[in-house]
Amino acid sequence: MRRLLTATAVASVAALALAGCSNGGGSEGGGSSDDAAIITTNGNEPQNPLIPTNTNEVGGGKILDSIFAGLIYYDADGKEHNEVAKSIESDDATVWDIQLNEGWKFTNGEEVTAKSFVDAWNYGALLSNEQLSSYFFEDIEGFSWDEDSELTGLKIIDDYHFTVTLKHPASDFGQRLGYSAFYPLPSVAFEDMKAFGENPIGNGVYKLAGEDAWEHDVKIDLVTNEDYKGDREAKNGGLTIKFYANQDAAYSDLLADQLDVLDQIPDSAFGSYESDLGDRAVNQPSALFQSFTIGNYIEHFDGEEGNLRRKALSMAINRDEITDVIFQGTRTPASDFTSPVIDGWSDDLEGADVLTYNEEKAKDLWAQADEISPWEGTFQIGYNADGGHQAWVDAVCNSISNVLGIKASGDAYPTFAELREKVTNRTITTATRSGWQADYPGLYNFLGPLYATGAGSNDGDYSSEKFDSLIQEGISATDPEVANQKFQEAQEVLLQDLPAIPLWYQNVVGGYSTLVDNVEFGWNSVPLYYQITKKA
Amino acid sequence: MLRYILLRILQAVPVFFGTTFLIYFMVFAMPGDPILAMFGDKTPNPALLESLKAQYNLDKPFIVQYLLYIGDIFQGNFGISYSGREVSAILVKTFPVTLKLAVMAVVLELILSISIGLFSGIRKGKFFDNAMLILSLVLMSLPIFVIAFLAQFFVAIQWGWASPTVGGDTSWLNMLLPAIVLALSLYATSMRLMRGSTVETLGNDFVRTAYSKGLSRRRVIPVHVLRNSLIPVVTNSATNFGILIVGATVTEGIFNVPGVGNTLFQAIVRGERPTVVSFVTVLVIVYVLLNILVDLLYAVLDPRIRYV
Repeated sequence: MRRLLTATAVASVAALALAGCSNGGGSEGGGSSDDAAIITTNGNEPQNPLIPTNTNEVGGGKILDSIFAGLIYYDADGKEHNEVAKSIESDDATVWDIQLNEGWKFTNGEEVTAKSFVDAWNYGALLSNEQLSSYFFEDIEGFSWDEDSELTGLKIIDDYHFTVTLKHPASDFGQRLGYSAFYPLPSVAFEDMKAFGENPIGNGVYKLAGEDAWEHDVKIDLVTNEDYKGDREAKNGGLTIKFYANQDAAYSDLLADQLDVLDQIPDSAFGSYESDLGDRAVNQPSALFQSFTIGNYIEHFDGEEGNLRRKALSMAINRDEITDVIFQGTRTPASDFTSPVIDGWSDDLEGADVLTYNEEKAKDLWAQADEISPWEGTFQIGYNADGGHQAWVDAVCNSISNVLGIKASGDAYPTFAELREKVTNRTITTATRSGWQADYPGLYNFLGPLYATGAGSNDGDYSSEKFDSLIQEGISATDPEVANQKFQEAQEVLLQDLPAIPLWYQNVVGGYSTLVDNVEFGWNSVPLYYQITKKA
Repeated sequence: MLRYILLRILQAVPVFFGTTFLIYFMVFAMPGDPILAMFGDKTPNPALLESLKAQYNLDKPFIVQYLLYIGDIFQGNFGISYSGREVSAILVKTFPVTLKLAVMAVVLELILSISIGLFSGIRKGKFFDNAMLILSLVLMSLPIFVIAFLAQFFVAIQWGWASPTVGGDTSWLNMLLPAIVLALSLYATSMRLMRGSTVETLGNDFVRTAYSKGLSRRRVIPVHVLRNSLIPVVTNSATNFGILIVGATVTEGIFNVPGVGNTLFQAIVRGERPTVVSFVTVLVIVYVLLNILVDLLYAVLDPRIRYV
């Protein structure tokens, strides 16, 4: 038994020694990355293999945008610039003529040609490939949701020239082409797409550091791609994207200078991040719009009565106070249905006063609606409890309840999946929280898919001939000015009808460590990694 | 002895079927459509949705889904996660990390609780004993996430003695902070058990006999007191292992440890049946094996148990 005691003693000493050593451990970890000028940033384990047409979430999108270069790219303001494309032209918004720059290569040496794009798009669009972003090819001739069908609208003219024919005019088609679904793929990808997704070969600013660069659930290591030919030249040695299951952990790393750039401050730190980070804190609007939707099929919300009630509800919400108190200024009250970071955005649309707090008017409108059919029961907003929505839903309901003198409350669903199922099946009988994150910086993207009659994400079953025709005119116009004008007019229809009640634009709230400079966040809330420099 | 071990292992078989069935049923009963949720606030085309559901057998009735899953397991195939990765590959990657963390925590906890508990028991009512009892009371009343956040904030961020998160570097040293946090969360109970059983053992006749034989304290305490006081602590540390796995979900999240807790949490959020069920099944197996191990340890500590 003496042996047992001795062993315990030895182990205790060893534990103490280990504890003592931890002094050195922490600082060593931070120092080693300095030499290579590798920038570290936060991310999430991608939900899917890294295939451009099968990635529709931020975690994977961030990586794809770093390792692929598309026909165009977007700058910090969301403005598009040609990248692999030499020119993208269309006279009628239906037939698009795309010329490529020569000399672009994938990191395996293969040249980027018209075929690299056409094959990748055909793969992404094919029904049986079950790609999550296949709807991006919906507008191209030949696309089908019923059977496997080739995109007959794609024609290769020569190695550096191809044309795209759409089913109907889409003036913002050129603007969409910077989205990851439209990236080119090297021919090796089609031999085994699954294996490719584990170890993608791109043509972008960065490339994977090696065979095992993607360490699942942990991180992905990217290094500069010397063969990259575009304007976004990397000012650093590479990028390590560390995966965090929870943002609080990432924030702790940022505070300890173990992480260089964080693009999402956790809600729990909203009260303190500005004092923690000083001028290294970032808070600016992004392309994320939040609202709640009241379906036409919900009792008391159809026709004239419904319209009056929607307006009354909207004017009963004190957006300024809620964004200030609940979100500590990390949301911007909405003045339309899109986002301020999108070209063509306007905050003085006709009828936008319906989005300002006005107790008198709200009461008055509600009373008018009651004359048509008296209100009874509780007004409820359905939300998913796993997404941090409770605080604002309660605040909005309080605001409504105080102004209109009716009962209002949140209706929590445990999971996002459950809420979405109810919404999609139209079995929901209350208003529901809704939101939209743009795929590309265009006004149409916030309007067409959500409010056009029969559109895929039109969860409230809204239908307006006037809106449909204005959207149609806008999307057919080849002059961007004219198009945006039409989209604004279409929004004025929405402000009349309020198929969804706009609440606020979500800001990108982030920060960076003391070790880096030149951090700028893009229109899509993702930092422009290539610009970031490491301090000497 | 061998028969005893075999019997215990055989008992694990119905446990395996029972738990997988129950867990599968519970995940199945979770409301909501996980495939739909993959599209965020966007509503996918129905054709695409159907075809994705078919790929994961989600279009089939519960019992068919379960049988397909079990059938796959017997072919060594734990299924595919919604991210297209083999669940077995995820298991192989995350389990060693959590086991390492748990073993570190248990070892630290045992060293601390046995040595301090024994010492406290011997010096019952003295200053050291009282101080340790108060400390353990404080630790017992603190939830694990409070200890974790405090440790992370002070030790890692303020004093810079360790990295605030573990991330990819799962070396012993880098995991020491979360291991200490886990150990502290278990320490108080074990220390009190050890103290109590030491006090009890000290009052036993055989201790008095040992002293009266003229044996020194250095001989009596380790051989007679320590050994006989260890049994409740050992039993407790097996149960602790279960608590550790639960605690690991919280601790792994806070310290970003790429282990079972973190992965399991994500899988539950996404409603990924194959991943959740496979993970929980392996956890159950580990738990059962650990209990067998503890039963065997009894036999080592107390010869009377050995011959039953």
